Amino acid sequence: MSRTASVRDRLASVRPRGRISPWWILIGLAGVLLLLSLLQLVTGANDLASSGTLRATLIATVPIALAGLGGLWAERAGVVNIGLEGMMILGTYGAGFFGYHYGPWVGVLGAAALGAVGGLIHALATVVFGVDHIISGVAINIIAIGATQYLAVQTFTGLPGGGQTQSPKLGDVGSISIGPLSEALGQVEGRNIFFVSEVAAFLRALVTDLSLMVVLAAVLFVLTYFLLWRTAFGLRLRSCGESPVAAETLGVNVYRYKFIAVLTSGALAGLAGGFLTLVASSNYRDGQTGGRGYIGLAAMIFGNWRPTGLLMGSGLFGYTETLGLRQGGDSVHALLLGIAVLLAAVAVWQWRSRQRLSAGVSTFLAIGIAIVYFSIDVVPGDFTRMTPYVTTLLVLAMASQRLRMPAADGMRYRRGTAG
Amino acid sequence: MTPRMTKLSLGIGAPVLALVSAFVITSLVLLVAGDPVGEVWSTILSVPETRNVANIINSATVLYLSGLAVAVGFKMNLFNIGVDGQYRIAAFAAAAVAGEAWLPGYLNTLLALLAAILVGAAWAGIAGLLRATRGVSEVISTIMLNFISTSLVAYMLRRVAVREEGSNIIATKQVPERSRIPGLSLSGEAGTEIYGFVFIAILCGVGYWLVLNRTRFGFDLRATGQSETAAVASGINVKRMVLASMLVSGGLAGLVGMPILFGGAYSYGSTFQSGLGFAGIAIALLGRNHPIGIALGALLFAFLDEQSNPLQILVDVSPDIVKITQGIIVLTVVISYEVVRRYGLRLEQRHVAQALERPESKSPEVPA
Repeated sequence: MSRTASVRDRLASVRPRGRISPWWILIGLAGVLLLLSLLQLVTGANDLASSGTLRATLIATVPIALAGLGGLWAERAGVVNIGLEGMMILGTYGAGFFGYHYGPWVGVLGAAALGAVGGLIHALATVVFGVDHIISGVAINIIAIGATQYLAVQTFTGLPGGGQTQSPKLGDVGSISIGPLSEALGQVEGRNIFFVSEVAAFLRALVTDLSLMVVLAAVLFVLTYFLLWRTAFGLRLRSCGESPVAAETLGVNVYRYKFIAVLTSGALAGLAGGFLTLVASSNYRDGQTGGRGYIGLAAMIFGNWRPTGLLMGSGLFGYTETLGLRQGGDSVHALLLGIAVLLAAVAVWQWRSRQRLSAGVSTFLAIGIAIVYFSIDVVPGDFTRMTPYVTTLLVLAMASQRLRMPAADGMRYRRGTAG
Repeated sequence: MTPRMTKLSLGIGAPVLALVSAFVITSLVLLVAGDPVGEVWSTILSVPETRNVANIINSATVLYLSGLAVAVGFKMNLFNIGVDGQYRIAAFAAAAVAGEAWLPGYLNTLLALLAAILVGAAWAGIAGLLRATRGVSEVISTIMLNFISTSLVAYMLRRVAVREEGSNIIATKQVPERSRIPGLSLSGEAGTEIYGFVFIAILCGVGYWLVLNRTRFGFDLRATGQSETAAVASGINVKRMVLASMLVSGGLAGLVGMPILFGGAYSYGSTFQSGLGFAGIAIALLGRNHPIGIALGALLFAFLDEQSNPLQILVDVSPDIVKITQGIIVLTVVISYEVVRRYGLRLEQRHVAQALERPESKSPEVPA
């Protein structure tokens, strides 16, 4: 009896790695806003944390986060889903076609449904036929591009405002605005009080014209967290990603769980595409996703296969993408200083934990970026557009060794292989 | 049937099954969309004219190099999605070097090719280095590097480019005429030249086979790809192999744009052909990383692309339909190989069972 107790104690004392509680998100958010306020103060850039920037960030973040959430479902069940991009593309078309003919909310459903079709192909190929997950994903990406372009020519040509590569203008899914609060926060933001204005700008971005699809995305995040980490269903699904053989011996129908996961994954990626079509712009266009499915996958890896981390990764990407587009030259220039200081801090931390070589590389990078900051005034447009990708690379290079993916992720599993 | 015959027919059966099912699925899509199925196929499957044959061979050359570049990575279990970025940045570098014409004649060509290989290798090397030292997944890093190369090339192009008179297209300086690689005319008429680079591409294929199957490096590479633990146990430095194979893959990727640069476009501009890297992934998968398989895959893709061009004009169907076919082929090829493998396995088991049931007869068909 004492033995069981001690095991239980030990289990209780083990804190799962890479787990972040929701409170830390709030604290982190406040920290980021504080940093941005400091940067604005030091550099004189004024668009780093305005409500306009933050609103645009939200719009840029949601599709990446939704795609990443799709990736999370699939990979937690052990199926690598590089076909997210293709499923997103199918989603953009679904939103365009159904959105035009039956109204925006049917468009949302259509996006999810077409994304799920992509998921179905992926599930059939990887689960039933044991195809390499990456091969199947690449094939789906090719098929999706071909299929949507072919269908767009078929269905949108000749419609008012539509053409071979784009759908007619679509309706709006609606949005929430808390008018008086928004105005009051706007006044606070306008006062330019250090940090307070930035917090006001952040809150204002949340209460002004908040698209209902953003709310839907938030709900899906909470729901995913609850389903996957707080229910027996989720435990079984995740066990298929960690050790399908063990799951099978416990009577879990691994194929069924993998199917459910990959279908959900496709539907979420489809929704991400639908968001691009219905909210981020107002019609379907060829090539609308611009590789965001891949970036969602990167955000999920950055987030250590957890919803909260994934959200932070998408936020980082959405923010840097937005900066590149709005007054990019000044904002990204200011951001350089911030990155240089952060890198220097990382270097000190690495030095203290005896990673001498890494510390050297970080110092070198920090000095290099600082030199760039002081030698130019404005970052050229081509480089501001690079920001999100460079940031992702940098962050992954810093963090990737602390990440752990599901143990059986990407592996082939055949029913009946558990002895 | 002897076991050998069975094996052979199964081997041929898989690709045939794949093509047939891709054909059926595409026909179904056309049928559902209400397009004329018969006319589409008779257009695509008609005998190409000499001019079209030249085009098919030319685009197959480019796709072949791209497929080889991806296949090097695949042999190592590395997934180089970044061939797209690598060949574009390398083609830009080669065009800039060749346009300056520092050296006379073919020396200039050689210098430019060298630049292309080095730049392609360096760009892929970033991903290799990140993977080897920091454990960053090459899938993600090469995708990011693709985006970065797009912006970087746009920036540098604006720096070195010359604007053509009366047009908005900017491009690098033209490659001098004496540094161009002459084409080979198929029938003597204009428009039927194939790139002289075809032979260099074939040499690359031979080299790929020799290096992988006849050298220590190739053995190490395949060993690491098949079992990393076994590779470590036999003393292979896996990190160094990761970096080396990314460099080789990137170097090959650097050559992808070269047939176009020295055989047709003569400069790198904003209209330079893009997306060749992604096609390369599909082709490497189709050819199962074998140099001859990749060649067949490249020819098939080039054939479908070329033959679908007149679809819009002749039967009013979007040529994008062949992209669906191409994607489906990639999927059906792998699936049918798997189906055939399982079928072959069952066949073998049945053979063994039959042989065991009648122990007195010495069946020669029992597989060892």
